[in-house]
Amino acid sequence: MRLRTVIALVKKELTSLSRDRFLLGFVVFAFTAMIYLQATGNTQDIHNASVAIADEDRSELSRRIAGAFQPPFFKTPQMVDSVAIDRLMGGGQATFALDIPPNFEAELLSGKSPSIQLLVDATAMSQAGLGASQIQSMVEQEVRDFRRGRTVIAASPPLELRNAFNQSLVSTWFTGVVELLDNTTMLAILLAGAAIVREREHGTLEHLLVMPVRPVEIMTAKIVANGLVIAILAALSLRFVLQGILGLQVAGSSALFLLGVVSYLFFACSLGIFLGTVSRSMPQLSLLFMLTVLPMSLLSGGNTPREAMPEWLQNVMSLSPSTHYVSFTQAVLLRGADISTVWPHLTIITIIGLFFFAFSLSRFRRFLAAQN
Amino acid sequence: MTDQPPLAIQVSNVVHRYKQLVVLDDINLDVPAGSSLALIGPDGVGKSTLFSLLAGAKRLQQGSIHVLGTNITKAEARGQIQPRLAFMPQGLGRNLYATLSVRENVDYFAGLFGSAEEARIAHLLDAIGLAPFADRPAGKLSGGMKQKLGLCCALVHEPDILLLDEPTTGVDPLSRLHFWQLIDEIRTARPGMTVVVGTSYMEEAERFDRVLLMQSGRFIEDGEPSSLIARYSAGSLEDVFSILTGNQDPNTADSPMVLRTPPGKNVPIVVEGEGLTRRFGAFTAVDSVNFKVRRGEIFGFLGSNGCGKTTTMKMLTGLLPSTEGTARLFGKPVDARDIEARRKVGYMSQGFSLYGELTVQQNFELHAQLFGLTDDARRARIDELVERFGLQRFCTTAANSVPLGVRQRLSLAIAILHGPAVLILDEPTSGVDPAARAMFWKEIERLSREQQITVFISTHFMSEAERCDRIAFMHAGRIIATGTPSELCDAQGVSNLEGAFIAYMREGGATESETRPLSVTTSDSPPSAPRLFSPRRFWAVCRREAIEIIREPVRFAIALAGTLILSLAFGFGISFDVEGVSLGVLDRDRTPSSRAYIEEFTSSPYFDLVLVAKDDAEVTRALRTNRVTLALDIPPGFGRDLLSGRRPAVAAWIDGAMPFRAETVGGYAQAIHLRAVRSIARRTVASPPAYRLEPRFRYNQAFRSLDAMVPVTIGVLLALIPAMLTALTVVREKELGSIVNLYVTPLTRPEFLLGKQIPYIAIGFINFILLTLFAVTLFGLEIKGSLVALVLGGLLYVAGTTAVGFVTSAATRSQTAAIFSTAIIIMLPAVEYSGMMQPVASLEPVERWIGTLFPTAHFVRVSVGTFAKGMGFGELMPTLAILAAFWPALIGIALAFTRKQET
Repeated sequence: MRLRTVIALVKKELTSLSRDRFLLGFVVFAFTAMIYLQATGNTQDIHNASVAIADEDRSELSRRIAGAFQPPFFKTPQMVDSVAIDRLMGGGQATFALDIPPNFEAELLSGKSPSIQLLVDATAMSQAGLGASQIQSMVEQEVRDFRRGRTVIAASPPLELRNAFNQSLVSTWFTGVVELLDNTTMLAILLAGAAIVREREHGTLEHLLVMPVRPVEIMTAKIVANGLVIAILAALSLRFVLQGILGLQVAGSSALFLLGVVSYLFFACSLGIFLGTVSRSMPQLSLLFMLTVLPMSLLSGGNTPREAMPEWLQNVMSLSPSTHYVSFTQAVLLRGADISTVWPHLTIITIIGLFFFAFSLSRFRRFLAAQN
Repeated sequence: MTDQPPLAIQVSNVVHRYKQLVVLDDINLDVPAGSSLALIGPDGVGKSTLFSLLAGAKRLQQGSIHVLGTNITKAEARGQIQPRLAFMPQGLGRNLYATLSVRENVDYFAGLFGSAEEARIAHLLDAIGLAPFADRPAGKLSGGMKQKLGLCCALVHEPDILLLDEPTTGVDPLSRLHFWQLIDEIRTARPGMTVVVGTSYMEEAERFDRVLLMQSGRFIEDGEPSSLIARYSAGSLEDVFSILTGNQDPNTADSPMVLRTPPGKNVPIVVEGEGLTRRFGAFTAVDSVNFKVRRGEIFGFLGSNGCGKTTTMKMLTGLLPSTEGTARLFGKPVDARDIEARRKVGYMSQGFSLYGELTVQQNFELHAQLFGLTDDARRARIDELVERFGLQRFCTTAANSVPLGVRQRLSLAIAILHGPAVLILDEPTSGVDPAARAMFWKEIERLSREQQITVFISTHFMSEAERCDRIAFMHAGRIIATGTPSELCDAQGVSNLEGAFIAYMREGGATESETRPLSVTTSDSPPSAPRLFSPRRFWAVCRREAIEIIREPVRFAIALAGTLILSLAFGFGISFDVEGVSLGVLDRDRTPSSRAYIEEFTSSPYFDLVLVAKDDAEVTRALRTNRVTLALDIPPGFGRDLLSGRRPAVAAWIDGAMPFRAETVGGYAQAIHLRAVRSIARRTVASPPAYRLEPRFRYNQAFRSLDAMVPVTIGVLLALIPAMLTALTVVREKELGSIVNLYVTPLTRPEFLLGKQIPYIAIGFINFILLTLFAVTLFGLEIKGSLVALVLGGLLYVAGTTAVGFVTSAATRSQTAAIFSTAIIIMLPAVEYSGMMQPVASLEPVERWIGTLFPTAHFVRVSVGTFAKGMGFGELMPTLAILAAFWPALIGIALAFTRKQET
């Protein structure tokens, strides 16, 4: 491999990319507006949850409880008969239903320990669990306020919960980082794959091959050029979108994070080149892209914690650098880990990346030989 | 036809523009029925546009056209005459389907015209000589056979007018001869048929009753070929054309600029092929080819498309290894790994492989750098070439935006940039006008004569072959003759190279299979089919689409397995379950009470104890490395305080990096904490709780994420993959050119769209069944409600989602645009507003509306209703009714976007 050749080819790749307005526009969009929109749109907090309340007690306490459901967490409760609850929940119009029985207040005050029913539509997984515990503590709060001064309260010993690394659980920090990771994967594969398909469609690859240029130089240049663009944009996005707009407080070292990005891009661009060689056109590339990128992103532990997956799947996915990349990034950016704790991830990413580079290169060679 | 109008075609005052460019400039033309007519002129003079207008494939902008006495401006009128018209567009096999066999192609066209008598088709194939190849895919036919198949498809319905746009371009001379003989026979068999042909081979036009010479969108001459030649006292129609356009003087253009005799026998051999063979699978592209080229010689390879020219050249450059034999450059075998040898070769491939997005200057710079020219040498060399090839004006222009002729000069300049000793040029002049071609050849001759550069060039133009020192005739992978042009002509006793080529082909036994008289193939009554919707045409389209999908491995694999792969990713990857949370404890109390407290946590399914820490630092490190998610810090004296009725506070740290998990874990921890302290302190604090509130989880008692998510992901996946696949279908035909069959045949838009859709609905439905089986077996779900409602919902849903793809496909122009816009259109309503990310009831009104206007939200109600909520058919009826409305509505929109004509 000769440096001069690679540099000339890198320059060419960068010029080509800068002329592809559509792709470039998409790349910039993905690292700015898209991250912002997805980070703020996919907040995992309770938002606008729909509630139906059957108030059969019609007491001060029951009115207080109903009044506790407030936007933006809850929509204004639908006050209904207890018979209407089934219909509302079946039709998906109410995710939660609270049934306050007759004489609830009176029985409570006389210490009879009455029951109150909370029905949860457990098919609405994104809200069911959190919403149920939120409603429980809201009711608890209202009951306590109501009883204050009326009866003697025997309080339990408290559990003082504190959240490490993200004290107030700002969910955009997490979703923003996840989107940044997903988008680096997506764009690395897309750009590198498109760089191959573009040359294939224009018939320029064979032209390179009659010149004193080796396949390894072509492939290295593509990885360096596209990786460079993505690494720079990822750095800018971290600084200005995540830290600037979303207010992320980076716990660890940004430089260490970028080191991880670079070693991961080596793998992701190699994968993109591999996909570029197996697809005949942009449409085929985009279909293959969906079938590889979506599983890689979804199963790498970014969106869903790994421990929630079956063990066999965790084992399979631990072979994917994306999994280590996600663990690495969350550790560095969110938990403030340093190199002494994340080096195993970095090493694995680099080793698998090298392995995949070699694999893609052999595939690329065969692909070039088969061009006719 | 008793009431045959005297004129088959009547064109009046037709003007056609592409944006600002006038392509047809006030064209008037009368063609009597039963006559034959040739339109001649180089590429880009407007021939193809005129053909498309005549066939009704393109919308008329100005003027009027009557075909068979009917004004074809109105779609209604076109529908009436289209069964009597046949059109073969330009490009080898452009309106054929490459993966379909010969027989399947003919059957398809027969189906479109509603005349598929078994015996007649067999007869036609036999007569045209295609019967032995009936099972071969059209894509694997030679150029000549493709054109015969095209003709066969055009003749299957016995048209009254046959429109052939450049039917012989790129076809070998013998096949060309056969083709024209076939046309003559057809005309004899059907004297009433009118034939209009476009060609850029002037010599072919001489067999027609009448020729029209075209230049810049106008007819410049019209008449009988022989009388035209006589009128201009020219030798051929080509000369007539040159005289009329004044582009070149035929006397000087043909003679080489440098009059030096070709190199003699003592000059060393530079390029050599010895028994050179290349096979692709069972197909032999190049078959033991031998040649020797001396230094400074111009050696031409002459042959049709696909005869092995390009493959031979690639073996010479080392791009392709040979299967047998050797290629030698400068006496050394070509070795693809020998980087240094490449410096001696300049290569120009078909279609000028420049970097179109780079400027002319940047293209030069890149190539110079790759050849390792030093900065000074580079600058001087580039300046010299820019000057010599007249490229000064274009230096800062992107290579894509310079005229074709300039691009060709640039390609040649780049090929010689590094001063190679051998130039390998693969059809360097294709698509370039005659004047530019003449200039190009002068440059080639200069390089050869003045700089002793050896030129190895391929072409399918006889006039170019005549300018080579020596040529090789190539056919079907073999060289059938080699020699100087005059030697070859003399040896066969003919006057021109074309005649010599044909003679050599016959000599080599390269005749194509026998043809039979066509008269028997005609019948009297053209069958009539319903105009608006013919089941036969519909099934023809449906069958064709199904065969095409099955024969394309990548697309078929994605169609069948794509959703299954993604269902794994979605099912396991989008989970709200919080289980097996890793727990760390720092027990500063170490009493039975504190141990009982910890026991309460570890015995729950939510927490796994992974760490018993000794100090704060260990806890901090465990959190940082993601080893523990929850860390409990039990204070000293916890047990004593608790038992004595005080309220000792337990501290807990939760990993806040994942807020959703943190909040859920917090909720669990609080609940277990309360239970633990109560059970430990039972003996002392015995007051009952003020009230009881236990949430009851409905429809999914186990509170398993999979049970809730899988029914939704089925909906999302059946929107994504089927719609993206159908998004490619129509626009793909636009890119490949076979869409013209919709424009010029009686095929109607509903037949076309519905016929294409049926196979995808079938695939989508199979996917739905597989996903449902996956849900039950792999993910352990249970269908609690009406199975009938679920299956019906699935069928209606895939009908709707595949129709979404047709809408984008009909509205876009490129496959890339179609697939991207489909993905974007689907993502929002299907992923964000269908209830996967948050319940539909929680959406903002606008979002909910967008969701309602898309089938996914409705299908999700059905699938969640039947899988989780145990709803019956009756309860789901209204939703199913809404779902059923999407298919006709979306197909209606797709129909509105589909045109029966190109605009």
